[in-house]
Amino acid sequence: MKKPVNYSGRRKFLKNLSLFAVGSLALSGCGQVTMKEFLQKNFRTLSKKEKDDIIKALEKKYTAKYGKEFHVTDEPAADGVEFGYALDLSRCIGCRRCVYACVKENNQSRDPQIQYIQVLQMEKEKGIDFAHSDVHYNPELVPEEGYFYVPVQCQQCRNPQCTEVCPVKATWQEPDGVVVVDYNWCIGCRYCMAACPYGARHFNWGEPYIPAAEINPETHYLGNRPRMKGVVEKCTFCIKRVRDGKYPACVEICPVGARKFGNLLDPESEIRYILANKRVLVLKQELNTQPRFYYFFGV
Amino acid sequence: MNFFRFVRGVFKIITKGSSAYYAWITFLILLIVWGGFGYANQLAHGLIVTHMRDSVSWGFYIGNFTFLVGVAAASVMLVIPAYVYHWKPIKEIVIFGELLAICAVIMCLCFIIVDIGNPLRFWHMLPGIGILNFPSSLLSWDFFVLNSYFILNLIIVVYLLYCHFYKKEYKVSFVRPLVLFSIPMAIAIHTVTAFLFNALPGRPFWNSALLAPRFLASAFCSGPAILLILFQILRKITKFEIKDEAIWRIAELMVYAMFIYLFFTVAELFKEFYSGTENILYWKYLLFGIGKNHEIVVYSWSSIIMGSVAFLLFLIPSTRKNFLTLNIGAVLIYGSVYIEKGIALIVPGFTPDTLGQIYVYTPSITEVKTAVMIFSSGFLLFTFLSKIAIAIVFEDYCIDDLSSKKREDKLKEITIAM
Repeated sequence: MKKPVNYSGRRKFLKNLSLFAVGSLALSGCGQVTMKEFLQKNFRTLSKKEKDDIIKALEKKYTAKYGKEFHVTDEPAADGVEFGYALDLSRCIGCRRCVYACVKENNQSRDPQIQYIQVLQMEKEKGIDFAHSDVHYNPELVPEEGYFYVPVQCQQCRNPQCTEVCPVKATWQEPDGVVVVDYNWCIGCRYCMAACPYGARHFNWGEPYIPAAEINPETHYLGNRPRMKGVVEKCTFCIKRVRDGKYPACVEICPVGARKFGNLLDPESEIRYILANKRVLVLKQELNTQPRFYYFFGV
Repeated sequence: MNFFRFVRGVFKIITKGSSAYYAWITFLILLIVWGGFGYANQLAHGLIVTHMRDSVSWGFYIGNFTFLVGVAAASVMLVIPAYVYHWKPIKEIVIFGELLAICAVIMCLCFIIVDIGNPLRFWHMLPGIGILNFPSSLLSWDFFVLNSYFILNLIIVVYLLYCHFYKKEYKVSFVRPLVLFSIPMAIAIHTVTAFLFNALPGRPFWNSALLAPRFLASAFCSGPAILLILFQILRKITKFEIKDEAIWRIAELMVYAMFIYLFFTVAELFKEFYSGTENILYWKYLLFGIGKNHEIVVYSWSSIIMGSVAFLLFLIPSTRKNFLTLNIGAVLIYGSVYIEKGIALIVPGFTPDTLGQIYVYTPSITEVKTAVMIFSSGFLLFTFLSKIAIAIVFEDYCIDDLSSKKREDKLKEITIAM
């Protein structure tokens, strides 16, 4: 188990030295794979066979690394599906259960920590005001008197600025509206992070670390498969789950039912009911990003 | 064979010199090694050893990149007044200006490479083998114009030096269009770099139409400052002749640039502070700090003070025409623009972040070390290239020296004289 230990300088040096030795041994052992990975093309230009080979190699690699049977799919978007999300601001209590369910489902790094959902505490008197919001609120009990909570994650914009600025087309919008990243193509320039108006994109500043016991082995190539150092990742509406017909992890965990999810193209869906019968708003509407993520007041 | 001899000759030129030259080279190499350890650390552990995080996802590296684009642009734009005022050593001004531009562009690309998380995947950007998101991404435009600019300047300089070396008259009909074309290209690289930031509606601090004009004006302050000092050094140690009047004229042009820059900044500040929308936060963070977070204020005010002093020194004719105060002013304006582009442009763009949270960013020691590595390598390259150019242009190092038996003596004579 990796744990932060306070090494003295000499021990740290020895540790680094041994890490270096082990690392270079490991690299020479799987030199072929890394060369292959190095030369791998953009996901969207790969043939069916190339994709299958890559996925097979990945499953083998992850299984060996985490000691669990891993599955990686590349399930494409279904026809006639466009995902939409609605969040009931009058119900959210700011408990952050969604944050941790998301971390677990999507194999986000625990150290350094990455979280796709940021819950902002806002003063009721000020309304939605980012400048006076606080993401680090930490009381004994939520909700606190006088405050309400606005969870923010990727808004899956219809007019995404992040995909437009990517210099190498490593990120794009899928036909069902989910904006995804090809982790093997991303060069790590972080221009998309500068462009995103919602702070929804996150960077692997160091080597991601997830305890083997907590890893989720059911993964999607464009979603929750383990990432590497130096690439950008983001919320994909739990692409693995939603393309299997399940709800995203954050929707399922929410104890007050504030999170609603469904197919915008299906007139009978709950999301369409909300759009038709409640009054919704989107964040930073003036930027014309046209999110598929709506906020509303249910009660 | 001749080429091989040329390379050998060049090698001799850059390895022989006065003790001051050796001291300078040793100093640079020591800095490169010291900084190299910082970059090695970053390669091993990732960008986590920088102080950049998700909130402030660009920092010192991109700031340096932006600054150096300005240097690259301005050193060539100096060719305009050289033409307009018919300065005599115009060819020499072109050569050294473009050598500086070449080194600055190389340093720019280095700063991009150290900033990206997967430098090995740089080939993804190369058209043909990779996928360049052209024309949609401004970064791909920047990559394109920077490389074109680099190649253009390389062609001009190599051609001029080649002609000198072979004692041929250079074809004005070939060089002039290229030099004239390099001027709009210089403006283009800096404009596109400004648009890179300007293009992001989610970052109000950069989303101002004045950003590109301010970039150009500030570049016209910092770029010529380096050349101003370089020309004085060249004048002292070589046969390079540039009249005092020409140097003062450069200084005078810099005053205009500084005034325009000041005016643009005041216009920007008026709009932000008088209208007082929530976008004022970024300027407040830059100039006064927000709450307990004042870490950036020292940078912004040192830049403002250095810039103002330099403006006064350049504005008053008696201090402009005194070489001591002139050089102090040149160093101050260089420092002012460097801090402005390195820190004061990038950091407030990200602080507060898009969700209103404040993450305090100042460069980490690794970032400083890596920047030192790139700057010293750039200076080293510029020193070598200048030394070769000086030998060819001013000391008649030429084709005859390759065949003549006396070339060794001549080389010795040249290098010792330096």
